Amino acid sequence: MEIFISNTSSNPIYQQIYEHLRNAILSGALDEGDLLPSIRALAKDLRISVITTKRAYDELEKAGYIHTVAGKGCYVAPKNTEQVRAEHCRRIEEHLRLVLRLAPACGISLDEITAWIHKLQEEEQGCQTPSK
Amino acid sequence: MSNAIEIKGLDKSYPGFLLEDIHLDLPRGSILGLVGENGAGKSTLIKLILKAISRDSGTVRVLDVDLDDPDFGRVKEDVGVVLDEAYYPEVLTAQQLERVMANTFSKWDREVYQNYLKRFQLPEQKKFRDLSRGMKMKLALAVALSHDPKLLLLDEATSGLDPMIRDEMLDLFNEFTREEDHSILISSHIVSDLEKICDYIAFIHKGKLLLCEEKDALVEKYAVVKLGRQDLEALDPEAFAGKREGKYGVEALVYRERIPSTFATEHTSLEDIILFLAKGGARG
Repeated sequence: MEIFISNTSSNPIYQQIYEHLRNAILSGALDEGDLLPSIRALAKDLRISVITTKRAYDELEKAGYIHTVAGKGCYVAPKNTEQVRAEHCRRIEEHLRLVLRLAPACGISLDEITAWIHKLQEEEQGCQTPSK
Repeated sequence: MSNAIEIKGLDKSYPGFLLEDIHLDLPRGSILGLVGENGAGKSTLIKLILKAISRDSGTVRVLDVDLDDPDFGRVKEDVGVVLDEAYYPEVLTAQQLERVMANTFSKWDREVYQNYLKRFQLPEQKKFRDLSRGMKMKLALAVALSHDPKLLLLDEATSGLDPMIRDEMLDLFNEFTREEDHSILISSHIVSDLEKICDYIAFIHKGKLLLCEEKDALVEKYAVVKLGRQDLEALDPEAFAGKREGKYGVEALVYRERIPSTFATEHTSLEDIILFLAKGGARG
């Protein structure tokens, strides 16, 4: 597993770790039951603060991606399909919001966006058909 | 988690100098960086913690033992100290120094010491006075680490050293705190060094503790913006923690949460924050 921390990113460091680990879990790079590096070891290896790493782990646990076994460490929690879906929905919403923010700036109406999406969908399907 | 160092209401005055009402905790297992200009009181604070000078009032606990406890002498065995200058007898070599230290510390570990000498490539037969400044500091650090300390007190231990050696030392501090009960208090005016390794940052300015906060929280809390005077007036005056007006515009340190999210902020380093706060005199 690779984790890169950017000091120039506007995202706080704990969030960067959170997202790296969450993506690793959602993509299957980390499997259910895998042991995560200890908070202290990860912090020292990445040369970041222990408190920050702990905060990322706490958030992951709160969101249900990992669970802590006292005295042993943090493990990847069983994957919850509903949760994966919720996460994808959240990301879709994020992108849609961006569209809604950008569209008025270019004078594009909601109808035009809908038409656009339909057109894109046709394109995507067109791409997929020959390979089938 | 208990604290490795606990300071409450600490005062110390010299003619023309006052260290006033210091409250400071160093949680076990973490690294706290002490920042401040020359003469701000960093070294005085470290000497007070070591009981090398007497305080006027307040309480200090080190590794759960009060400074006034008759047992405090024993605590010093668990504290590794490196001051900005290493004071060892000038004519001793690293090997001779070891015999002195082995008699000083009950938990002295010969093997650990020899390993550090090798790792730092310290000449074993050179007299102390003939070592370069970097080598003296490395020797002092080797001594500090070889009696199984739980706490390191480092006063300007990296200043005056070249970037390579400094980085090596920072790695070593990082390694030291892999153990959960190992803690470090390090003072330095090289803020970028502290930014690399610290969990907490304390900022002393003219004898007062202006702030003590989690490092990453500080960087999240503040941002530097550059803007014209008109924009400046449009912003909430409460949003500013410090500003610097120039001929062509204004640079300001702002609280991130008090400015509109559309505002472009510069990449903000700890050094920026400290400089703005020191000049603005604002409280964190």
